[in-house]
Amino acid sequence: MSPASDAIDRVIRRGRAIMVAGLLGVAAVYVLSLGFTPPEASQGLAFKILYVHAPSAWAMETAFVMVGLTGALYLWLGDRRLDVFAEASATVGMVFGAILLLSGPIWGKTIWGAWWVWDPRLTFTLLLYLLFAGYFALRSALSDPVERARFGAVIGIMGTVLVPFIHLTVYLFRSQHPMPVLGRPPCPPDSPNCAPALPWVLLRPLLLSFVAFTTLYIGFVTTRYGIGLRRVEEESRDAG
Amino acid sequence: MSLRRAVLAIAAKDLRIEWRHRTAFTSAIVFAVLVLVVFIFARDEGSVSLAALAPTVLWVMLALATVVTLNRAFLLEREHHALEGILLAPISPVALFWGKWLANLALVLVVELVAIPLWVLFFNITPDLRILGTGAVAILAAIGFTAPGTLFSAIAVRTRFAELLLPVLLLPFVIPPLFFAAQATVRLLEGAPVSDLIGWLRLLALYDIAFLALASILFPAVMDQ
Repeated sequence: MSPASDAIDRVIRRGRAIMVAGLLGVAAVYVLSLGFTPPEASQGLAFKILYVHAPSAWAMETAFVMVGLTGALYLWLGDRRLDVFAEASATVGMVFGAILLLSGPIWGKTIWGAWWVWDPRLTFTLLLYLLFAGYFALRSALSDPVERARFGAVIGIMGTVLVPFIHLTVYLFRSQHPMPVLGRPPCPPDSPNCAPALPWVLLRPLLLSFVAFTTLYIGFVTTRYGIGLRRVEEESRDAG
Repeated sequence: MSLRRAVLAIAAKDLRIEWRHRTAFTSAIVFAVLVLVVFIFARDEGSVSLAALAPTVLWVMLALATVVTLNRAFLLEREHHALEGILLAPISPVALFWGKWLANLALVLVVELVAIPLWVLFFNITPDLRILGTGAVAILAAIGFTAPGTLFSAIAVRTRFAELLLPVLLLPFVIPPLFFAAQATVRLLEGAPVSDLIGWLRLLALYDIAFLALASILFPAVMDQ
């Protein structure tokens, strides 16, 4: 075993350990939210989907921003490992995006009475998802690894700049999506229509799930990154 | 060679080739008319009026016709390895981007110049100043479509599935300018005051500037061989 492949094995092992910690965190979120959290006053049990839905959105957006950032760094430094990381992050982003797009309609059917509405945030997520589906379609159509990395980086950067425009586009429609529950200011007195901040007992599983999903993102990406590095090493060994 | 001369030389070369064959131009026009006809046949005559459908059809037609037109930009250079010849010439890749973009924009504008009057005719729209306004919106939108389009057509042509990949990559980038332009057109056709339009036009212009700048910065990375 070469020192390089030892280092790659260490990356994969570390990734798996973080992944297991993340999965244990997700299990804890399930136990806490299903066993020890009362139903929310207006939405009832459907509210519990939030504990999977909101952190998936966070993980997906983080994943896609990382694709743009590492793409820009790749074009600047030309280090192939940056492209391996970008691809790993995009793959993991697609997984969290799928969780987001599946959990949203389940909640929507109960609360809105429809599986899908053309709400700004749904539309935004779908567009971002399709953009990265195009990213993978392009990568699979290119056989030269340098072209794959360079074109992937260009699409990643373009996508990251597109994000604020998509946000703008979708917010100019009237939103049906509930407003964020984190970071909401307390209600001023005499404002009957103001929704109060989430009580601690409902907030607790949400905070835990953000930590768990972030850990899971790091674990997945590290593992995929290690697998990608090993593939690159095997390719160069075959070529040499 | 100065940047301006190089840009004009590339654009003139592309337009000259197009003028000789007129393949992309003719196909894009026929395609645009077919999109109009498809909409008419897919419509429920009793429940959807032509007037209500008009802005939607206009923007679907222009967006799709642009994608069809953009496909040709770099496919042209694939024959006889023409692109390598251009890259060997003493001009910067930035000049190549602006030249290609200018030729694409000119071609898309000519297609719009034919397609918009046909849309006016088929949808029984009274030809007045509103149509000129719609034309101005279409110019701004064409800039927004062709800026990422020129970059992506240079990428897509390096794959075996250029004609399929270009729309897949480009359409997510077409949606914001298309949305801004469609909102402006709806207000124009309703006869709303200019103050109602100006916000949408500003957004459209902002998009154009942002993506023209970004695409020209990223283009050299695509051409690096």
